[in-house]
Amino acid sequence: MDFNLSREHLLVRKMMAEFTENEVKPIAAETDEKSEYPRENIEKLFDLGVMGMCVPKEYGGAGADPLASAIAIEELSKQCASTGDILATHNGLCCDPILTHGTPEQKAKYLPMLTTGHKVGAFALTEPNAGSDASKGQTEAKLEGDHWVMNGSKIFITNGYVADVFVVFAMTDKTKGTKGISAFIVEKDFPGFSVGKHEVKMGLHGSPTAEIVFTDCIIPKENLLGREGKGFSIAMQTLDGGRIGIAAQGLGIAEGALEEAKNYTKGRVQFGKPISKFQNTQFTFADMELGCEAGRLLTYQAAWLKGQGVRYTKEAAMAKLFTSEHAMKTTTKALQMFGGYGYTKDYPMERMMRDAKITEIYEGTSEVQRIVISANMGL
Amino acid sequence: MKIIVCIKQVPDTSGKVAVNPDGTLNRASMQTITNPDDMNAVEAALKLKDETGCEVIVVTMGPPPAAGMLREAMAMGADRAVLVSAREFGGSDTYATSQILAAAISTIGVEEDDIVMCGRQAIDGDTAQVGPQIAEKLHLPQITYAADIAKEGKTVTVKRMLEDGYMTIKTQTPCLLTCIKELNAPRYMNMNGILSTYSKPLDVYDYEKLKDHPLIDATTIGLKGSPTNIFKSFTPPQKGVGMMLEGDGKETCEKLAGILADKHII
Repeated sequence: MDFNLSREHLLVRKMMAEFTENEVKPIAAETDEKSEYPRENIEKLFDLGVMGMCVPKEYGGAGADPLASAIAIEELSKQCASTGDILATHNGLCCDPILTHGTPEQKAKYLPMLTTGHKVGAFALTEPNAGSDASKGQTEAKLEGDHWVMNGSKIFITNGYVADVFVVFAMTDKTKGTKGISAFIVEKDFPGFSVGKHEVKMGLHGSPTAEIVFTDCIIPKENLLGREGKGFSIAMQTLDGGRIGIAAQGLGIAEGALEEAKNYTKGRVQFGKPISKFQNTQFTFADMELGCEAGRLLTYQAAWLKGQGVRYTKEAAMAKLFTSEHAMKTTTKALQMFGGYGYTKDYPMERMMRDAKITEIYEGTSEVQRIVISANMGL
Repeated sequence: MKIIVCIKQVPDTSGKVAVNPDGTLNRASMQTITNPDDMNAVEAALKLKDETGCEVIVVTMGPPPAAGMLREAMAMGADRAVLVSAREFGGSDTYATSQILAAAISTIGVEEDDIVMCGRQAIDGDTAQVGPQIAEKLHLPQITYAADIAKEGKTVTVKRMLEDGYMTIKTQTPCLLTCIKELNAPRYMNMNGILSTYSKPLDVYDYEKLKDHPLIDATTIGLKGSPTNIFKSFTPPQKGVGMMLEGDGKETCEKLAGILADKHII
């Protein structure tokens, strides 16, 4: 058993750490403050081959494995969870299902757009009445001649108002329940597609979240992704992979908060010594470090399994559940170490804590992860 | 056309600098980086590669772990690398180092259209001697402190940055340029580069490979071939805490003059 990262993975970490330090960290607070999509950095990530990195070379990607993508998301999220989220969504929730389920024609058309074409991708499953119970979506698509006509709306769509390509799920046969759901590749310029409300969120302000609306939206027949009626299975399979991305994001947030707290407590003197020297602080750090290490092993294990092409549903759910809850705990404890300063916007702790919360909610709440884990235990 | 870029692995001075009891650097316990000015040389070469499609070869002299730095340069876009490494080369000062690197570069081959690039100086020795010495030993024209480089055919136009201004010089290839940080912002490694770097060629030039080169002789390499003698190296005593006077009025100036007078400085 070898726990060492490969030489290439170490270089990915180094590249992403340098990029994060030089490009992401300096604008992270402003990105949050202004709720601004970090467009320039996303363009640079396209230039570096990070956006869509797991897409094979023949379609413009680098042919990287899921672990490399997880490391990239982790590094970005240490300083800006929004940037990590944009990458996680693009790689895990848009490129991945098209690569896995797309026809040769769909891959040839869309994957180069999502890599060398600098087009951002998104994933649209959630609806107002279909959150954790994703099978209850109302968005419908009907085949009319050579095209599908889609009506309905999706909410909380990450990259919603910046994406060009969406993987969308809609009912094609309401009588069949989950077996009546199909997946589609939808471009933002298709007639009848529009972006609705931009969400104002607690955190992750740089990640553009919006409602998307389909009003008699015309989708070419050939844009059905996978077979008709296989949408629910495609969605669940995609979310398995997406959870590795969110696990990496949670891990990055926790690691970033831990590092900030280490630096702060070493310099903050109270009662005549740095507060890092108090046992209470040290024990808290020990728990933080332990959680980060465990979370890293879980996340990398899930990513490695995905890369091996074996089933990883339970492992991805465990990684996502553990790291997201650890991110919340760590940011809360780290903020406490900063005292009153942590509660101000002069330090990144309050942003990190706000950003951490969503990791326990999206791409399957912590409760849903427990359902997934227990459902895979032969109970 | 090809560009040969000399780079050096140096201690990361942003971390802790460890010093042995005898005053020498404890390199084993320190993190290393590619010398910053050398990164500007790599970037300048890669820019010319982007424009002309030329080949970029990175070269370093150092212990085997320096290969990692060469792989990083190839992950940025360099095509191949040469690691010059042998026990016989250990302990070389700038004279011996430039002797060995010049031998390595001429073994790679410098043709009519080629450029050799170096960083201005390394942050560990701060001599700025190796680049110019390589040029002399290879009989190449050299331009130091390059802040801008333009190549047209066999003519290279370089804007040199001096302390009190700029000087623009033209020369013909083959030539050697030393680069400064004002020249460019080095690019990051990229995903395609990272995933292909370990399949790019990295040749090791050991003593056997270079020993018959006219520049290589027991008296010109390693510790024996190094005319520099270090008598003593030490950590200077720490200066006391400075004092900051704020304000721009006459009062502040008078206060400053008073302090300096009290200390018998003025």
